[in-house]
Amino acid sequence: MRHLVLVGTSHHHAPVELRERVALDREQAAALAERLGEAVCLSTCNRTELYLAADDVAAAEQQAVAALAELEPDVERALYRLHDQAAALHLFRVAAGLDSLVPGEGEILGQVRAAHEAGTPGPLLDRVFHQALHAGRKVRAQTAIGESPASVSSAAAALAEQIFGDLSGCRILLLGTGKVGDQAARNLRTRGAEIVLAANTKTEREQLEAELARVDVVVSSTSSRGVVLDAETVDRARRGRNLLFIDLAVPRDLDPAIHALDGCYLYDIDDLEAIVSETLAGRRGEAARAEALVAAEADKFLEWHASLEIVPAIASLRAHAEGIREEELRKADGVLGRLDETQRRAVESLTSQIVNKLLHLPTVRMKQAAVSADGVIYAEAVRHLFGLSEDER
Amino acid sequence: MAELLFWPALLLYGEAAVGYFGDARRPGAAGRAATWGVRLGWLVQTALLAVQAARDDGFPWTTWAGSLNLFVWLVVGAYLIWGCRGAYRLLGLAVMPLAAVLLVVARAGGGTGLGGRSHYSNLFLVLHVGLVLVAFAGFTLASALSALYLWQERRLKRREATIFRRPAPSLATLDRVAGRTVAVSLPALTLGIGVGIGRLVHDGNRIDALVVATLVTWIVWGGYLLARARGVTGRRAAYVALAGFVLVVLVRLALPASHFA
Repeated sequence: MRHLVLVGTSHHHAPVELRERVALDREQAAALAERLGEAVCLSTCNRTELYLAADDVAAAEQQAVAALAELEPDVERALYRLHDQAAALHLFRVAAGLDSLVPGEGEILGQVRAAHEAGTPGPLLDRVFHQALHAGRKVRAQTAIGESPASVSSAAAALAEQIFGDLSGCRILLLGTGKVGDQAARNLRTRGAEIVLAANTKTEREQLEAELARVDVVVSSTSSRGVVLDAETVDRARRGRNLLFIDLAVPRDLDPAIHALDGCYLYDIDDLEAIVSETLAGRRGEAARAEALVAAEADKFLEWHASLEIVPAIASLRAHAEGIREEELRKADGVLGRLDETQRRAVESLTSQIVNKLLHLPTVRMKQAAVSADGVIYAEAVRHLFGLSEDER
Repeated sequence: MAELLFWPALLLYGEAAVGYFGDARRPGAAGRAATWGVRLGWLVQTALLAVQAARDDGFPWTTWAGSLNLFVWLVVGAYLIWGCRGAYRLLGLAVMPLAAVLLVVARAGGGTGLGGRSHYSNLFLVLHVGLVLVAFAGFTLASALSALYLWQERRLKRREATIFRRPAPSLATLDRVAGRTVAVSLPALTLGIGVGIGRLVHDGNRIDALVVATLVTWIVWGGYLLARARGVTGRRAAYVALAGFVLVVLVRLALPASHFA
């Protein structure tokens, strides 16, 4: 029987200095998977994990550890090794974003999909990855774990969407060249907004005021010691339009009185951090619901995986019974030959029903036993009791 | 038959109202159940109206209570256009309790039963009562959108850290949709009033308080559209919409007795 084996490391077990030495790009990951046989390599900035399908768990583990140690010998002490149910549950949690640094982050689902596509999976890995992707999508659809912003820059962008809706066509005025401000502007840009002016201390006052009449969002992160933009200037220049101000500077660049203007919304770094903190608390709350969904999906996988153990025994039992039925019908051919076609079909149907009814309960019980880990014992017992030969296995 | 259909409709609208309340506290399953309550309730009420129309052999909503029944159906139907989207569930919290209460009021006034008749022609009633009710349903929805706008804007002004916990449409969307709803509703009201006044003049009847209040309502909503055309949008437009809604309530609930008599 094939087993699922996982060997890997993540941000929970290894610092970035170690993780970066075993990080692989898409081509490298694909090549490694191909070298390992039936395998998938998931490598992101937070984790490098090898998923293998093998008959011998210990040998597969050893193979995967050796492959990762080849990249960086020190990684061995930071590796975790899981197999079958635990490995599947881990992958499901990863795909759902429950093992991420920020719970519920959405990027991981795409990374899991890409890893699966680049890998060399057989039926077992195909099944577990498909089910993991399904679990990830289900968690996102049925919980609010990934709905709210989880960083200051995404909170700024989400606020802009809360005011202006679709951001395509929205214009941003960027004051200062701070890294945080740049990140916020970049986040807005990925949602369709455009930066119309990146201003600094040398930008003319008149130009700034002219731009204020055209823009929708102002992101400020200068190193100025005083107020860069006061409420009076804003009120004069904006011409009654709604404006969102994001002040990421400390000390603050924008006059707090701007927020009191009708249609103006000013958020400073503390406001944004409060939103992020609340969001993360909310995500953690949703994580409990997400864990339940993931566990249910993992149980389904376990059921399927366990049935692999028992399916050959069930199949040979049914084939054995069907063989007996056909044989007995053949023996009775002398008597049955006098029957017309309708009567013959009735006898066929009757005997089939008897066989099916007799085998129904044992089949159900064997499947149940497989889930509760007694599958092998039951399979052996059935083979012994019915004298099923090795060929029928 | 009408009696049999009234109770499930009320039950489903009530379930939707409770569901939206639950969804506001904890978004998720309650909201989805509420949306199904609205959909099914509206279908049941549609069947109720169909039974009324079939049995009465004409336009059966000529009484005040009967027209209230039709009004509820129009409001919920208009809400259904957006109400199935997650972001508009908070709007359901405003609309569905109102719908459930008005349906009860309509029943108390006998508007959900059979037997209502009028000596006016069907064409006149459809054009007058139908168009005025369509317009008022639109105004009600625009008012609910405006109330949601003011609530969401207040949260932004208060810089609430929980702002993303309950999803709501953006301010720009709420403002735009409210404006469009009124832009569609006002011509319907204009036509409905025109037909009514035409009949009034033809029959030589006098203008009553309801007609005056309806004209004032028309002026307020017309002013709303005019103000929007001149750039008054957002919070100020939302306040005008709420003022217009007060008049809609007055016209629908407080004054109609004499008019329908």
